[in-house]
Amino acid sequence: MRIISFSQAIAEAQMQEMQRDDKVILIGLVQRDPYGSAFGQTKGVSSKVGTDRILDMPISEQGYVGAALGASITGMRPVVELQFQDFITIAMDQIVQQAANMRYMFGGQIKVPLVLRAPTGGYLSAAAQHSHMLESWFAHIPGLKVVLPANAYDAKGLLISAIREDNFILYFEHKKLYDKKMDVPSEPYTIPIGKAAVKREGKDITIVAWSFMVTKALDASMILEKQGISCEVIDLRTVSPIDEDTILKSVARTNRLLIVQEGYRHSSVATDVSALVAEKGFDYLVAPITLITAKDVPIPFAPVMENFVLPQTQDIIDRVQLILNLK
Amino acid sequence: MDSAIARYIFEKMYAIRVFEEKVEVLFAKGVLPGFVHLYTGQEACAAGVCANLGPEDYITSTHRGHGHCIAKGGRLDRMMAELFAKKTGYNHGKGGSMHIAATEIGILGANGITAGGLPIAVGAGLTSMMLKLGRVAVAFVGDGATNQGTFHESVNLAAAFKIPVIFAVENNQYGVGTRFADVSNGIDIVKRAEGYGIPGVMADGMDVVSVYKAAQEAILYARAGNGPTIIEMKTWRYKMHFQGEPATYRSKDEETDWLKKDPIEIAKTRLKALGLLNDTILNEIEANVQKELERAVEFARNSPDPMPEDALTDLFA
Repeated sequence: MRIISFSQAIAEAQMQEMQRDDKVILIGLVQRDPYGSAFGQTKGVSSKVGTDRILDMPISEQGYVGAALGASITGMRPVVELQFQDFITIAMDQIVQQAANMRYMFGGQIKVPLVLRAPTGGYLSAAAQHSHMLESWFAHIPGLKVVLPANAYDAKGLLISAIREDNFILYFEHKKLYDKKMDVPSEPYTIPIGKAAVKREGKDITIVAWSFMVTKALDASMILEKQGISCEVIDLRTVSPIDEDTILKSVARTNRLLIVQEGYRHSSVATDVSALVAEKGFDYLVAPITLITAKDVPIPFAPVMENFVLPQTQDIIDRVQLILNLK
Repeated sequence: MDSAIARYIFEKMYAIRVFEEKVEVLFAKGVLPGFVHLYTGQEACAAGVCANLGPEDYITSTHRGHGHCIAKGGRLDRMMAELFAKKTGYNHGKGGSMHIAATEIGILGANGITAGGLPIAVGAGLTSMMLKLGRVAVAFVGDGATNQGTFHESVNLAAAFKIPVIFAVENNQYGVGTRFADVSNGIDIVKRAEGYGIPGVMADGMDVVSVYKAAQEAILYARAGNGPTIIEMKTWRYKMHFQGEPATYRSKDEETDWLKKDPIEIAKTRLKALGLLNDTILNEIEANVQKELERAVEFARNSPDPMPEDALTDLFA
């Protein structure tokens, strides 16, 4: 083991998969060294494996996402990167109408071994066009799997799984996590897509989170522990498909559920998890299911306003206390 | 061109014509669900281009895709079964007219989104380039697609990386019910090629020999590693945008003029004049295609429907 960052873990996963399989190619903006992508997610890869299979693209999201799709159905295993998840709107036709539909619409004739990576999320004063959390849009669409790692260890294992899978995977990396370091094995390993992880065991309440909200939930849990409150934190890791078993088993023990989502509330993963537990875990509950999400405005620039709009650790603490009738 | 290619071309053109005429009748009778966009009148474009391709080469097609599929070697029976929404169709009843794909012969799908297939063709060409397969990808599009952003993005990408793609633009003059000249500056699409630094060739979309020659040059150029070409083929669809659309926007004079340039008749005249086909061969081809079409309709009629639960398969590999 050695300590590396979330972005280094992502770069390492891609490098090792490129070394393992010469059909793996990288497509995106400024992928090659010395740039190595906007947040260093491909840093060092081209220096190790050469530039032949790393294609630096023009700023042409629909064109190059579609080209990655065309390459994936004809023999390659592309990893295509958007510089920010926000720019995915430009490539929506190729993602939603083409890639997600294609295998099904063709009656199973093809496989789509394609990974689309993109930095996501706020808390950086990046304002409305560079702060989106759009995973719920894609969780809505059949034919897509949506992965959001919450730490460097998961980032590497989930990305290797995504690259080896014969289906189209959307893999969203939170910008606030790129610098976060932890022990990560140097050899390749996989983490199953579609499986949540219990990141902290507890008995009083289940907190379901993913991506950067896992950090917030764990921070809040440590503070609450000092007050004698025991929180169980589930990191979904994959928001489509959702690991229903892990959520329901946890709620069966804790009898309370809080869902923390950085994105907007309406028609979202958070409301889906809520519906799941209301439908299949109603008898476990002794308190209403509760949600913390972004407020329904575009993400503002000023830190005081952004922090007001996005979920904070203190919001989680307050809500848990409320649900446990401690407030 | 030799007589085998001439035979292939005429067989495909005639098959497209009679297939579409049969679809028109079946659709009008209510036998076929959904929508159909007929290719009648544009046969020279698909056949002239695809006669230069092998089964390993790729094409992407459009909502008006039956002709491309037939010209690339698609089986009439499996195509017809797909239009009948039967389990034996190419897409097992999951796609229908606008999505027929046959990936084993390089047909990466018709496409219901205008210009949606263009980047996919670029990606298929990229695979060929990276794996040194020597294959080309042809993106068939209409004039309407050339005003989508994807057209620009795709041509630029292919030009920048010298990807073996041919942009085969069938300018049938209309996007739905609007004349191309009314929603562009009236400049030939082929002239855009110069701006990308790639070859642009104008072919007569009603004359299969003209299309064949233009495509041959472009495909050899792409196979040699020189990158893409834009081919513009001026043509005219005999039918409306979709079957059932009211005929409100094209004049009788316009129709009369274009019908004088019937691509099937021109193909017969040209291929006979070149000494590649004669009346005996033409009659034999027509009779064989008619039989194949009859068998295709019978096959489709007699094929089983999909099971409702089949709707839940094929989502993920």
